[in-house]
Amino acid sequence: MSHSMKTLAVAGSLAAALSAHFVTPAAAQDDKEKCFGVALAGKNDCAAGPGTTCAGTSKVDYQGNAWTLVPAGTCETMELPDGRMGSLEALDRDLPQG
Amino acid sequence: MSQTEFRAALLNPERPAPAGLADPQGRPAGRRFDVYRNNVTVSLTEALRQAFPVIRKLVGEEFFTAMAREHLRAHPPTSPLMMHYGRDMPEFLENFPPVQHLGYLPDIARLELALRESYHAADATSVSAEALQALSPDTLMASRPTLAPSLRLIRSRWPIHAIWSANMRGTEAPKSAVAEDVLIARPDYDPEPHRLPDGAAPFIAALMQGAAVAEALEAGPEFDLTATLGLLLATRAITAVNPGDQT
Repeated sequence: MSHSMKTLAVAGSLAAALSAHFVTPAAAQDDKEKCFGVALAGKNDCAAGPGTTCAGTSKVDYQGNAWTLVPAGTCETMELPDGRMGSLEALDRDLPQG
Repeated sequence: MSQTEFRAALLNPERPAPAGLADPQGRPAGRRFDVYRNNVTVSLTEALRQAFPVIRKLVGEEFFTAMAREHLRAHPPTSPLMMHYGRDMPEFLENFPPVQHLGYLPDIARLELALRESYHAADATSVSAEALQALSPDTLMASRPTLAPSLRLIRSRWPIHAIWSANMRGTEAPKSAVAEDVLIARPDYDPEPHRLPDGAAPFIAALMQGAAVAEALEAGPEFDLTATLGLLLATRAITAVNPGDQT
């Protein structure tokens, strides 16, 4: 594709994206209320609680060192093939610890 | 008693309470130290539980709690800001033997950390449709769009968006290990992960680093530009369009 054709194609993409987006009523974007300090549990909470726990006992659960536990959650419902570690992001992982 | 000694005993229940701790009557305060040590462990475990709800669902509550204990002992907080605790989790998961068969866990942890970063990022106002419509095609190609500070890009060889969605939105669990790139955007107050069109990640990454549109388009393979721009507009992720050097 020539330079000018590509430029026009990109401008066309933007125009298409703009028209697709802004046919939705603008009002739909403006009905959100500010609700500081409130977030759904397990969603995007600000973790105000951690650090303030007072469990108040001298013992901790799972004192044993032997690893007899196995993952037993929703990972069992996915039949993804086991994969070797390391991926496209290998560079990120080899960064020295800062 | 040194701070080093106190800290070491705090993170290892096998160690005795540091010598020199006394209660108000001057007696050794070993039991009080045990209570304090337990509270540290419990509260940091709770911080990790809140930070990684999807990891928790994937491996189960019991396993997660036990794993969190291993993690907090190896990676105690380095900042008093508990909202950022858990940054070492992806690397920890890569090296924790009991989860080596779940190759996608580290990227899911990256996604959950990025959601939280996005939540705490600065606010920004998006550009108007009129400003974008006013750009000539040449100006558009040379321009350098500024993206919202809350935007995060996570690239993965695993179906991380489908896995996240299955656990947080109740959608169907993925059955094949397709690669998925995720764009996290926060148009209002809650970050939301969106699956990017295949091949769009290099374009977004280049824009995030300040590239001009024309340069960013050369950063990767062909991709669905209309859908990608549509996502950026819908999430109000473009906050400015800086005119570049026009030829």
